[in-house]
Amino acid sequence: MIQTDICVIGGGPAGLQAAIVARELGARVLIIDDNPVLGGQLIKQTHKFFGSKKHYCGIRGIDIARILSHKVEEMAVETINPATVIGYYDDDSIGVLKHDSLFNVKAKRYIFATGATENMLTFENSDLPGVYGAGAVQTLMNVYGVIPGKKALVIGSGNIGLIVPYQLLQAGVEVAGIVEILDRVGGYYVHAAKIKRAGVPVYLSHTIIEAQGKETVESAFITRVDENFKPIKGTEKRIECDMILIAIGLSPLCDLLYQAGCQIQYIPELGGNVPVHNEDMMTSRPHIFVCGDLASIEEASTAMLEGRIAGASAFQTISGENSNAQAVIKDAKSELSIIRKSPFEQRIISGKKKFKKG
Amino acid sequence: MKGYIFEHPILKFSRGKKVKFYFEDKELEGYEGQPIAAALHAAGIRVLRYSERYNRPRGFFCAVGKCSSCLMEVDGRPNVMVCMEPLKQGMRVYRQKGRGRLR
Ligand SMILES: Cc1cc2nc3c(=O)[nH]c(=O)nc-3n(C[C@H](O)[C@H](O)[C@H](O)COP(=O)(O)OP(=O)(O)OC[C@H]3O[C@@H](n4cnc5c(N)ncnc54)[C@H](O)[C@@H]3O)c2cc1C
Ligand code: FES
Repeated sequence: MIQTDICVIGGGPAGLQAAIVARELGARVLIIDDNPVLGGQLIKQTHKFFGSKKHYCGIRGIDIARILSHKVEEMAVETINPATVIGYYDDDSIGVLKHDSLFNVKAKRYIFATGATENMLTFENSDLPGVYGAGAVQTLMNVYGVIPGKKALVIGSGNIGLIVPYQLLQAGVEVAGIVEILDRVGGYYVHAAKIKRAGVPVYLSHTIIEAQGKETVESAFITRVDENFKPIKGTEKRIECDMILIAIGLSPLCDLLYQAGCQIQYIPELGGNVPVHNEDMMTSRPHIFVCGDLASIEEASTAMLEGRIAGASAFQTISGENSNAQAVIKDAKSELSIIRKSPFEQRIISGKKKFKKG
Repeated sequence: MKGYIFEHPILKFSRGKKVKFYFEDKELEGYEGQPIAAALHAAGIRVLRYSERYNRPRGFFCAVGKCSSCLMEVDGRPNVMVCMEPLKQGMRVYRQKGRGRLR
């Protein structure tokens, strides 16, 4: 059994910042991540990020990942990767699977930063190969340099649904269009403008009803919807494509927290079922902390700030009150409140207020 | 090799050495260390298994080890998540039917 002070599960922006802060404050820290390279979602983001200046705004996601993982290395944070945390046990240890070996890790505090998983959409033949998560195609194309297909239809026009088609074009893949059930584009204006300039059709008030193909996707049927989102008969349109990318949202990956006995609450504003946590990112079990997309589907900038809070709070619960830790927490909280003033972030604020007390 | 991006406005790809592997006993080429699913996809193979009850074709969905849509038989073992499993020289990969079998 490996022992440590603080074990961070997930090496995305949230987990890396949590680990960096806890290590800086003097804790022994171990990061476990299931990818061969650290950085989580960031390793496939080729666009320049928005967010606060102090936290890498204007830098490409891939470069933020590099900066953070370099820091982790420099500071001698222990890392085990690629390895998957597969269980949380009664003795408060976790099970780790690395290749074919399974072993336990026991930490005084755990910080879960497992991020989120892509939501699926059901329609006729939605199980056909070629119906992919938008993030999956991004991984294939931006991390492994594989041409994902010839022509993609994207479902959903949030930031992911706007950024991924742009990246497809950069990689030389055609984009047949973006389908959005609402009457307006969901993501940021900058991303939407780029897509418009590239001449990609955006089908507003439309949804997908069927994928067609023998063994893999060959085309899709979309249709216009009425104000109750019901398909309008006679408006069906066939679109030729060999990929249908689903970009309708993410759900927090909280399976391990269920196992750990942490209280989970359904809060749609935060992305669905989320672990209940307080302002210091502590869950209903005082030795378990959460941060990033796992705590609320948001952005890398806020994930990093929450990570810093989680790292410092977890440290304080071991060491007792510490002025350096308090300074980190205060700083991160004030930056979070600035970012969350944006109209896009209002749902997060109202969502976080919904946690049951006690 | 076909199926890969070599020129990209922003990214440079570092790849492992070229290796040979087998899909349904047919020899294919890929790069060592990349996920098996990536090598297959680059070779134009998108059907990875057939579902248990209705024998429906399945490909990958999440590509990050979260959905179990990509289970194949690799070197005699069923239920290998090929979106995560690194490719090695000489691997033998088969489409899994239902729960698969030990070879
Ligand atoms: C297309 C796209 C564009 C985006 N653009 C922006 C942007 O411009 N600006 C911005 O601020 N944000 C952006 N984001 C959002 C941002 O990427 C995420 O909010 C952020 O990455 C969340 O960080 P995280 O650390 O919580 O999770 P993640 O980055 O998802 O990291 C979680 C890590 O944990 C690992 N993990 C999960 N479970 C386990 C387990 N059981 N065992 C071991 N490891 C595990 C995962 O594999 C992963 O490596 C974008 C996201 C996408 C998909
Ligand atoms: S594609 Fe989801 S686990 Fe492999």
